[in-house]
Amino acid sequence: MKRIPKGEGQTGIAPKTKSIRAAFEKGMNVLFFLCGAVAVLFVLFISVYLIVSGIPAIREIGLADFLFGQVWKSTAKEPQFGILPFILTSVYGTAGAIVVGVPIGFLTAVYLSKAASPKIAAVIRTAVELLSGIPSVVYGLIGMTILVPAIRTAFGLSSGATLLAAIVVLAIMVLPYIISVSETALCAVPKEYEEGSLALGATEMETYFRVSVPAASSGIAAAVVLGVGRAIGEAMAVMMVAGNVANMPSLLESVRFLTTAVASEMSYSAGLQRQALFSIALVLFLFIMMINAVLAILLKKGKKS
Amino acid sequence: MQAGTIISAQDLDLYYGENQALKKITMDIPERQVTALIGPSGCGKSTFLKTLNRMNDLVPNVRIEGTITYRGQDIYMPKLDVTWLRRHVGMVFQKPNPFPMSIYDNIAYGPRTHGIRNKRQLDEIVERSLRGAAIWDEVSDRLKKPALSLSGGQQQRICIARALAVEPDVLLMDEATSALDPISTSKIEDLIAELKKQYTIVIVTHNMQQAVRISDRCAFFLLGQLVEFGETTQLFSTPKDKRTEEYITGRFG
Repeated sequence: MKRIPKGEGQTGIAPKTKSIRAAFEKGMNVLFFLCGAVAVLFVLFISVYLIVSGIPAIREIGLADFLFGQVWKSTAKEPQFGILPFILTSVYGTAGAIVVGVPIGFLTAVYLSKAASPKIAAVIRTAVELLSGIPSVVYGLIGMTILVPAIRTAFGLSSGATLLAAIVVLAIMVLPYIISVSETALCAVPKEYEEGSLALGATEMETYFRVSVPAASSGIAAAVVLGVGRAIGEAMAVMMVAGNVANMPSLLESVRFLTTAVASEMSYSAGLQRQALFSIALVLFLFIMMINAVLAILLKKGKKS
Repeated sequence: MQAGTIISAQDLDLYYGENQALKKITMDIPERQVTALIGPSGCGKSTFLKTLNRMNDLVPNVRIEGTITYRGQDIYMPKLDVTWLRRHVGMVFQKPNPFPMSIYDNIAYGPRTHGIRNKRQLDEIVERSLRGAAIWDEVSDRLKKPALSLSGGQQQRICIARALAVEPDVLLMDEATSALDPISTSKIEDLIAELKKQYTIVIVTHNMQQAVRISDRCAFFLLGQLVEFGETTQLFSTPKDKRTEEYITGRFG
């Protein structure tokens, strides 16, 4: 028997091992691609599904009557499908949440990123993280049992389930997003800018508000837009505190949002009513898409500068 | 303290936590001259520079003993308004750091911070400061453009102009040319020669030729100590300390 030299044996095996490895690499690559494709497919599927199922009702009702009709009576003998009350409620509710939530969130972010001592900052940051983890039904529950009665007493109303209650709850719900995104933007401001300002004899507050905040402005704007997206898409909490009546919005009236309009009637809807609910979902979907587009533009702008 | 001294350090010790970064520094900085601080990396020269306008306050766990006076005023006195000090003792950093705003707003930042709102007055300050930093001719037609669109050398002169705009008395420069190309560096060196007619300048530099070219007096730091301080010509021709001689002849550092 001829002895095979060690070296030859090894080189004989090597190419085979390599091809197995290459196949494995390729296989993993395909797997990763498929996983990534799942997200894309779902977005495409949902978009197409919403468009296909949302358009028939709009055709039948008429786009103008649907979007600008002020009366929603989906179960009446002569049903009316005007969703202007829902659109305006969603817009006002979101705007209100932003007006209340942004100043608080923004100042918290400035405080956390610039002024707070590390210990205090750690406590606040943990609280903010927990706040974002609380399920929306819990916000709704607490709003229902504490906020709604308080508003009823304060304004002498028959019911405290109002747009105002929804605004307060939404403002608290968007806080963590506004805080954490603006804080990230503020922390990314190069220290050199702040040093330059301090070296000119500016105080710390002057430095934060005249150098750091403008330098982080696109990130802060992104935080606000993210907050808008969260607020407009929220359903459960607002359903529990806003009274869920299809009124034209007013601060101290019960109102119904786009999200809650879909959620509250879906279980017993049929025919045109059911189709109209899909159309509402489509309108909501378009709102969110618009907000995401703005967000993407802002983030891109922030990266450039 | 010698006559003509503007800043005087007496037995200055500085600690970062447990680490002593400056040891018993005693030094009188003369008015309207260029004083260069040289020495190998980590010798304490930049740290010393930053004690002069209290930028070291920004570093956590920093502790200072001894005194520094500016025009006879103890600048580490507890009640002292740091913004007052920094307004009089300005600083230019190693890396050009113009704010992400227009050239005009960069220069007007300091004066606005100190309460000047009048547009005509601001225009005047902006022009005077940019001329003072020898960059007016290059940017006068684009004051509204972002300062960050300029070249590194131009940005650094914008930073000098920004410092001049608050009418300081002393200008601290922390390796202000080390991030620049040779042409920009020589422009800034010419500028320093011009500026010393009006301002006291203290500059940290790694470049010994630069120290020889621009400074009147030179201080050599090593391991947190001030080894030698004297006329630049004397220090480079006949150093008194052996360690100075070794450093300037390139035997270490």
